[in-house]
Amino acid sequence: MSNPNMSVNIAGVTWKNPVTTASGTFGFGREYAEYFDLGELGAVCLKSLSSEKRLGNKSPRIAETNCGILNSVGLQNPGAEYFLENELANLRKYDTKLIANICGKEIEDYVEVTEILGDSVDMLELNISCPNVKSGGLAFGTDPKTVEEITRRVKAAAKVPLIVKLSPNVTDIAEIARAAEAGGADCLSLINTLLGMKIDIKTRRPVLKNNTGGFSGPAVMPVAVRMVYQVRCAVSLPIIGMGGISSGEDAIEFILAGANAVAVGTAGFIDPLAWIKVRDGIYDYLVENNIDDVNDLVGMINLN
Amino acid sequence: MLCKLISKKNTVGNIYDFTIEAPEIAKTAKAGQFLHILCGGSSYLRRPISICDVVGKSVRFVFEIRGKGTEELAKRETGEYIDLLGPLGNGFDTSVAENSDGAIILLGGGIGIYPLYKLAKELGGKATAILGFRNAAAVTHTYEFQQSCRDLFVATDDGSAGYHGFATDVLKNIAASNNIAALYVCGPTPMMKIAAEIAAEKEIPAQVSMEQRMGCGIGACVTCTCNVGGSNVRVCKDGPVFWAKDVNWNE
Ligand SMILES: Cc1cc2nc3c(=O)[nH]c(=O)nc-3n(C[C@H](O)[C@H](O)[C@H](O)COP(=O)(O)OP(=O)(O)OC[C@H]3O[C@@H](n4cnc5c(N)ncnc54)[C@H](O)[C@@H]3O)c2cc1C
Ligand SMILES: Cc1cc2nc3c(=O)[nH]c(=O)nc-3n(C[C@H](O)[C@H](O)[C@H](O)COP(=O)(O)O)c2cc1C
Repeated sequence: MSNPNMSVNIAGVTWKNPVTTASGTFGFGREYAEYFDLGELGAVCLKSLSSEKRLGNKSPRIAETNCGILNSVGLQNPGAEYFLENELANLRKYDTKLIANICGKEIEDYVEVTEILGDSVDMLELNISCPNVKSGGLAFGTDPKTVEEITRRVKAAAKVPLIVKLSPNVTDIAEIARAAEAGGADCLSLINTLLGMKIDIKTRRPVLKNNTGGFSGPAVMPVAVRMVYQVRCAVSLPIIGMGGISSGEDAIEFILAGANAVAVGTAGFIDPLAWIKVRDGIYDYLVENNIDDVNDLVGMINLN
Repeated sequence: MLCKLISKKNTVGNIYDFTIEAPEIAKTAKAGQFLHILCGGSSYLRRPISICDVVGKSVRFVFEIRGKGTEELAKRETGEYIDLLGPLGNGFDTSVAENSDGAIILLGGGIGIYPLYKLAKELGGKATAILGFRNAAAVTHTYEFQQSCRDLFVATDDGSAGYHGFATDVLKNIAASNNIAALYVCGPTPMMKIAAEIAAEKEIPAQVSMEQRMGCGIGACVTCTCNVGGSNVRVCKDGPVFWAKDVNWNE
């Protein structure tokens, strides 16, 4: 036995392996396609799309921290229609599944993007970490009732399986996961970035122009693994785990905690082949441990 | 890609001059393009550093120790390998300078002078360089500029060497009595802003090399943006070189 199965079924969509990209770290694939064939990945998750073009925040939008980064891109994107006209055909050249990540300022925006995208992509990922304009800018993803409502409304408009991407900036992630499940989510992904701040002590100013930003990279991984574990205990939906993954070993931790697939983001900024290395590292682990199917490893931690 | 450090020199103060063996980069590198360097230690992201020169199979870059990444990089010894990506970004457009008999000016400040050295060589010794430094102790690499330019002016903020004042003052003086065909600028943002104003007033085609904190360095993460022509464009992929007139200097 030396040819373990890497293929996973995520809410009815077959991925050739359990590795995808974290939204917003991979653009629309063009840049990294100069480093590897996107068909090497189980799926490619694209940067957040809104119904209208968004300019994003002012720079600096990135700050380095110990083993991680903060970003405040502010969901800059050219809009869903531009994506369909100018990016989709290029992505379809690759033998991989496509996940469009959607954002908005109010629920109606999300529904509109969902309608614009229709069945042009294989899956949708609902980014509920965006500020909800109607509730004074608090993220949609922090209130269970709002999470259930936005999931239900988007699901009703969605023509492809819906992933709800959870925000870690909550007290009880299991409660939010159950709300998304109740709203009809087909899959959950987590974690989005943690809210953070970095101060330049020479100028006594935050490095980010936006003052605060989203924290990602290896430093956040233990928080992400813990949350995947808690969500696995709370719901039976498939889970895409992410947050700080840079190696196959990191990905295995997520799978053991209960993830069916993993996404890699920030690690690619340091190594443009990070996605491939994570995929190959998972495979090596399966071979080394005589496991003949990656699916057999999901949630298989031995608790103390 | 891993490239061997074949020569290392501490020129003045905290300035380090590195030459690496990188035949593939050397083949295509243009002035204004940069390398994205993994420095190691406790730094996490790569650091963008401009290509300063190419000779045969070797590529040279010069950097100043500013924080933990560059401090770590300066510890590398010859024979060691450095992990870098490149050449990245777009170089300077020299076509405006080619068919005009006006002066071609290279205006550099501090660590911004290095990409201009390669540009001086690409321009075949026809350019005039104006280099600004903090003080006499920071003056470096002037012999090479002297050799690769028609003229060289040095300015220091405190007057301890060369012209007393900003390099942009020297530019103003030259622009007052000369026809300038093209202006290329790399340095601190306030300096580039003043240069852009002079260029606008005198209708000089001018390019600037912008600096911004970066993530991936290849255009995917869209963190290193600056406002050009009304939209937030990526310094790493759409730049770092832009036409000065298109940059929104008030951001
Ligand atoms: C296109 C480009 C070309 C450059 N070319 C050169 C060069 O030839 N020689 C040279 O000495 N310097 C150059 N710089 C500036 C150099 O990148 C920074 O000085 C360096 O990143 C600082 O890192 P650090 O570890 O010393 O500082 P730290 O303070 O530890 O850095 C923390 C983070 O902030 C970023 N950062 C800090 N200062 C800057 C800055 N001025 N510009 C961009 N990012 C910054 C770092 O990259 C890092 O992500 C260039 C910058 C850009 C954008
Ligand atoms: C620069 C940057 C931009 C991001 N943009 C988005 C986005 O548009 N939508 C989204 O749902 N998540 C976004 N994220 C969050 C990532 O998809 C991911 O959830 C998070 O970074 C944790 O994974 P990582 O540590 O592997 O990067 C972004 C992250 C980064 C670093």
